[in-house]
Amino acid sequence: MTARNRELVALVPATLLLIAGFTAIFIQESNVVSNVSLTYGAAFLGLCLVTHLVIRFTLPYADPYLFPLVAVLACFGLVIIYRINDTLARQQAGWFVVGLILFTVTILFVRDLRVLERYRYTIALVGLVLLFLPRLPIIGDPVNGAYLGIKIGPIAFQSAEFGKLAIMIFLASYLRDTRQLLVQGQTKILGFALPPLRTLGPLLFVWGAAMLMLIFIRDLGSSLMYFGGFLALLYVATNRPSFVLFGLILFGLGAWFMATHVPHVQDRVDVWLNPFNPRWVEGSGYQIAQSMFAQADGGLFGTGFGASLLTVGHTTLIPAPQTDLIYAVIVNELGLVGACGLILVYLLFAERGFKTAMVASDSFSKLLAVGLSSVFALQVFVIVGGVTRVIPLTGVTLPFVSYGGSSIMANFILLALLLIVSDKARRPAAGNVGRRRR
Amino acid sequence: MNKPVGRLFVLVVVLFAVLVGFTSRWTVFDAQALRENPANHRILLQEERIKRGVIRAADGSALAVSRPIGQGRYARRYPTSDLFAHPVGFFSIDRGRVGLEDSYNDALSGRETTAIGAISRLLGPQDEGDDLKTTLSPAGQKAAYAGLNGRAGAVVALDVHSGAVRVMAATPSFDPNDPKNASTFNRATQGRYPPGSTFKTVTAAAALDSGRYTPNSTLDGHSPQTISGAPLSNFGGEQFGQVDLTTALTNSINTVWAQVGVHVGKATMADYMRKFGFYADPPMDYPGRQMLPSGEYRNGRLLPPTSQFIDVGRMAIGQDKLLVTPLQMATVAQTIGNGGVRMEPRIVERVIDPDGRTVAHPLGKVATRVMSSKAAGELTQMMYRVVNEGTGTAAALSGVKVAGKTGTAEVDPAAGINDLWFIGFTPKDAVAVVIERAHGTGGPVAGPVAKQVLQALGG
Repeated sequence: MTARNRELVALVPATLLLIAGFTAIFIQESNVVSNVSLTYGAAFLGLCLVTHLVIRFTLPYADPYLFPLVAVLACFGLVIIYRINDTLARQQAGWFVVGLILFTVTILFVRDLRVLERYRYTIALVGLVLLFLPRLPIIGDPVNGAYLGIKIGPIAFQSAEFGKLAIMIFLASYLRDTRQLLVQGQTKILGFALPPLRTLGPLLFVWGAAMLMLIFIRDLGSSLMYFGGFLALLYVATNRPSFVLFGLILFGLGAWFMATHVPHVQDRVDVWLNPFNPRWVEGSGYQIAQSMFAQADGGLFGTGFGASLLTVGHTTLIPAPQTDLIYAVIVNELGLVGACGLILVYLLFAERGFKTAMVASDSFSKLLAVGLSSVFALQVFVIVGGVTRVIPLTGVTLPFVSYGGSSIMANFILLALLLIVSDKARRPAAGNVGRRRR
Repeated sequence: MNKPVGRLFVLVVVLFAVLVGFTSRWTVFDAQALRENPANHRILLQEERIKRGVIRAADGSALAVSRPIGQGRYARRYPTSDLFAHPVGFFSIDRGRVGLEDSYNDALSGRETTAIGAISRLLGPQDEGDDLKTTLSPAGQKAAYAGLNGRAGAVVALDVHSGAVRVMAATPSFDPNDPKNASTFNRATQGRYPPGSTFKTVTAAAALDSGRYTPNSTLDGHSPQTISGAPLSNFGGEQFGQVDLTTALTNSINTVWAQVGVHVGKATMADYMRKFGFYADPPMDYPGRQMLPSGEYRNGRLLPPTSQFIDVGRMAIGQDKLLVTPLQMATVAQTIGNGGVRMEPRIVERVIDPDGRTVAHPLGKVATRVMSSKAAGELTQMMYRVVNEGTGTAAALSGVKVAGKTGTAEVDPAAGINDLWFIGFTPKDAVAVVIERAHGTGGPVAGPVAKQVLQALGG
């Protein structure tokens, strides 16, 4: 079977999941199996088929599992959001259409990845602007004290979602050029191999940027995500674990300093360590406390699709259920079993992403795939880890599942870039076009 | 460059495993603690969205109903206010649950425990609970409160044959519609009183059923006599000669029954007390934390029934360190009236699901046979004499045979303050009445209350 046919077959689980999910919710809410659920399923299946055709014609050799995995995540998210608020679900479906258009546009315009390398400084500048835009007065739109998006009139825009792509593209191309320099002529301090000072400069610069983000964006999770993505790239580019260790120590020191000296970061850490303190359990600790209560309520198998209590009267039991705390809703309704399934899908996506990096032929493609896969996996870790109290709770989205146009669009661009890398890597050599590689 | 990529993937696997680990922590390992966290209103709010079942009296009148208050929420209302507050209890977001609202919470909130119920739960939680049909009699309950007339005390009436709770009254009561200010201490099940002479029925049961005595056995009734090394007097120092046991019960002669207790012995007394239900949590369909066991207490704790600290002679006449609940003494009367078979007391007769099907029949479970029907018959005859010509004449009903025993437990002899008792039964109903810290004796004060309740229950 060719890669594309395998992709087509792999879309079946996503469609089944979608239909089953909508059916369950309709039964739950009105005790009537409505044919609307089938309409939804059919519409989404159509959308998936269109995307499949786009890939078939533009990237015939690309990895066949990346898109079906995204489809599963997207269906899952759509069902959960529909259950929270059907208006939001219709908007989310609209965002999927926009995301798929953007996906197609990206594939058509970035047929050659060298385009990205050529404009890397422009891309870096755009990335930085996107990251720091939310701190500008008037348009900046802080959510729970974190600056991750902007708002111009009625249009809200999570600029940080796109910022992560720009930063990863820049770092991949930058490290491709400098990786040789970074490995050569190292100085040893306490037995650790450190790069020479002139190449250490950029490393420290990125660290400084991450610390600035911690101060300006006020979000430990997103700065962990960006800096983690950078360290992953640095490690793959240089194969020097000591760099990563050095970077982690620097980040740890910086984070510790922020947590003990910057009041709002300090508050976040206090709430994280001790969410049930009566001083803030009804205030700043409400979100994380309710998240844990909702998960405890879900137990092993959950309360069932559509059964979760989100609000009672004027009391909100799960704040921001469609974005930050969507994972808590999922655990509440589908239990530990459902949550494990979801995490497994993310793990499979990451696996395909790293696999793509492994088969990539040139350094830039390889680094780009590593960077995108890492930042994707880290984003999952940061938001799920926040909701489950592994780390302080932050306001990033759960990729392809959370509600939000910016997140959907940015992640479809991420998918497009991964597929471009994959297609190029798996394209058979010019001599034997007839034999398609699996 | 591929080796670091592989290692990076391993790191991602580890990170995601941490996520699964923490999710399991909250959903499984720490779930119970999180559910019980005082900041967690989730469970109660969830229950507020359930239309709880109706609790009904034996005559079908509603004792607890759920009314919609908008936004899919329900409020609990108790039409009979304080009349049935103790048995029915309340369901409150702020104060939790007491009474039947707690012991039948699973049924009332539709949380099915059967296999079929579990399957239907997969389609989402039930939002309508089961109804309870109780055995409580509004007429009997009203008579009990009228008889208590505001005095601290309690009345428990049981159906002699089934063990059904017909009356459970305790003063003070409370308004379950205002749970914030309610004091839920239930003297019928949590009040512990020295039983006084009513306990002589238990001693008599042990004496007759063990075969050591018959109703005609004669003993010396002079006063005082030395029991366990200390002198013991009859009530008011009254003197009797050689009397048989029937006479000794009719006139409640302490010295005779103390001798019987000593002769029967600690082990046999302990055996019969256990069979009557002493030294164990009452097997009633009521919250365990709202019921206390009866028996000998020392420093606030239940003694082992054969403990060296027990003075069996004084225990036999309801003194020593013996503390009993009105529910326990009602059970003693029910057992004797039922030919020696103790029934488990039940407030609920049937649990009825929203479709009208009876899903549970809690009523009518035999606890144990305490004594032979012959011994029970003999004891019943002795207790008829108490009401007909002895200390309990105030409880006599015209046209219906009433068996009984009075009790006057001295609490503050100098001030003349006693806990006043009457226990007894008709062929249909058994009753126990206690009036706390009052002047007078059990027969004239508690007896009429029992009479009114038995009358209201229909003889």
